[in-house]
Amino acid sequence: MATTLLLKHIAVPGIKSLDVYRNMGGYASVEKALRTLTPNQVTEEVKKSGLRGRGGAGFPTGMKWGFLAKPEGVPRYLVCNADESEPGTFKDRYLMEHIPHALIEGMITSSYALGARKSYIYIRGEYFYVSRILQHAIDEAYAAGWLGENILGSGFSHDCYVQVGAGAYICGEETALLESLEGKRGNPRIKPPFPAVAGLWGCPTVVNNVETIAAVCPIITMGGEAYSKIGIGKSTGTKLISASGHINKPGVYEIELGLPVEEFIFSDAYCGGIRNGRKLKAVVAGGSSVPILPAELILKTAQGEPRLMSYESLAEGGFQTGTMLGSGGFIVMDDQTSIVKNLLTFARFYHHESCGQCSPCREGTGWMEKLISKFLSGTAHESDVDLLWDIQSKIEGKTICPLGEAAAWPVAAAIRHFKSEFLELARNKSYVEINHYKRLQPVS
Amino acid sequence: MSAEVHGTQKFDATKRTQIVFSASAMALVQKLISNYPKGKEKSALIPVLHIAQAEFGGWLSPEVMDYVASVLQIKPVEVFEVASFYTMFHLKPVGKCVLEVCQTSSCWLNGAEDIVHYIEKKLGIKVGETTPDGMFTLKVAECLGSCGTAPMLQCGASYHENLTYTKVDQILEQYASEGRPRYYTDLDYTNTL
Repeated sequence: MATTLLLKHIAVPGIKSLDVYRNMGGYASVEKALRTLTPNQVTEEVKKSGLRGRGGAGFPTGMKWGFLAKPEGVPRYLVCNADESEPGTFKDRYLMEHIPHALIEGMITSSYALGARKSYIYIRGEYFYVSRILQHAIDEAYAAGWLGENILGSGFSHDCYVQVGAGAYICGEETALLESLEGKRGNPRIKPPFPAVAGLWGCPTVVNNVETIAAVCPIITMGGEAYSKIGIGKSTGTKLISASGHINKPGVYEIELGLPVEEFIFSDAYCGGIRNGRKLKAVVAGGSSVPILPAELILKTAQGEPRLMSYESLAEGGFQTGTMLGSGGFIVMDDQTSIVKNLLTFARFYHHESCGQCSPCREGTGWMEKLISKFLSGTAHESDVDLLWDIQSKIEGKTICPLGEAAAWPVAAAIRHFKSEFLELARNKSYVEINHYKRLQPVS
Repeated sequence: MSAEVHGTQKFDATKRTQIVFSASAMALVQKLISNYPKGKEKSALIPVLHIAQAEFGGWLSPEVMDYVASVLQIKPVEVFEVASFYTMFHLKPVGKCVLEVCQTSSCWLNGAEDIVHYIEKKLGIKVGETTPDGMFTLKVAECLGSCGTAPMLQCGASYHENLTYTKVDQILEQYASEGRPRYYTDLDYTNTL
């Protein structure tokens, strides 16, 4: 049986409640940290664990914590990024909905390490019902003394709040999230200063993803070194993967990093293969922003090595032949899928979600959407592929925040690996919308 | 924002006086404000706008936004610039039930467009339109984080997932008989949001 840490007790009835969660060993990391470790020792354990940000960037969490400025007399904040909006990603929702205390426990232990008296969980507005589940868990934690004044008699006090957003992908970018938390438009800030120095209300702030914060619990409980032995190489620990698209068993899976991609897609323990007996065409492995790969490159690297679910293996070959682990939003497409139409849904998404601050992104995302639409409406010329390539190359790296890259990369990758599909649509004006609903109905 | 919406309501003094949070909503607003340090009351703006939208007819009129500004003691423009930025806030009147069908990648792969066409045919309206009885507004939405349970639609505070045509029929019937969706303010919310 594969190692599971975050979802180990997912099947236990009542795991949503504090009592059951506690009976299954919950809040052990708070006990261990507050009773036996100094805040710096907690941070050291996280550093030793090799934990990398699970929101998508993969930045070492311990190092991020290490950057936190600690001026005297200035409050510090921990902010949890629960603004999960990357298309293909729904793991944080699953974790918060089913095991909310895993996040609350992580918030307390992490806040102790950072010296944060208050923390905020910023959750996307559409997940309103999940915010209620979290609030209920927080209330339970207060009643049991895990939150509030002088927790476990340690002298450490902590308050945790939930705030809902109102529908803006950009608020998953950490500085936009802080703006939104301050009651403003979600326009990303120019960095530096980084949030570690000037974050929420100008105070030193750490912003971490839900899964990252939840992973702190097993790290502290088992020790950073033991955690670092799970996984492969610099991809330590486990990762929640949101699997969707044309697979038999969509859902959230906790995998030990290093699992072969082929096993993940085809094993009954995970995705269970392609639906309705179709063939695998392509995969977006880490959320809509990461490059799409055709079947042959997602299963094996260009060198013919088996591709693994790890930060390094998925990135093997750079963007020419590789991709990224990203947020773990794993979208699988069968051989009847139009890559160009799928790309249009991404381009439309980024156009809709651009905050409008930087011209290359605000204008470029709209141009890309229009151009891609032309291929599908039969009005594109072959040269439009080159124009599309040109536009995406002029967005990347020219914006305040990474939404520019996020919008450009999927376009570049679709052209890189599926240029012939664009050209054929331009030549034959042949796009016909497939009724996916009808064709995916189970044969009875 | 369209001129006519602004124009017809801007000087309606009788309406203005009606715009006051109910006691329970006001208690919640005060609770939300207390979540933030003194002087940072503006941070409560987004949750308070959710409450306002649920309390005052499902959309945010200029009068409602002005009222929220007065409650949080900030300038009206600070409210408008936020309300106009976030997708979940409606600045024009909408139907009682706003059906938002997710259309991004995983949902499209699983037939979201066909679901949209089905609803359009069933309600006799196009995306962006409201039924003549004011019951349903149909919209398309970008990724709602329900990719593993695609296709899906959101209405009020509820997610409807793994949609089929039959399921859509049931959902529409249910809303038509109940008259409105569950709003954020309906949900047990002693100190939520």
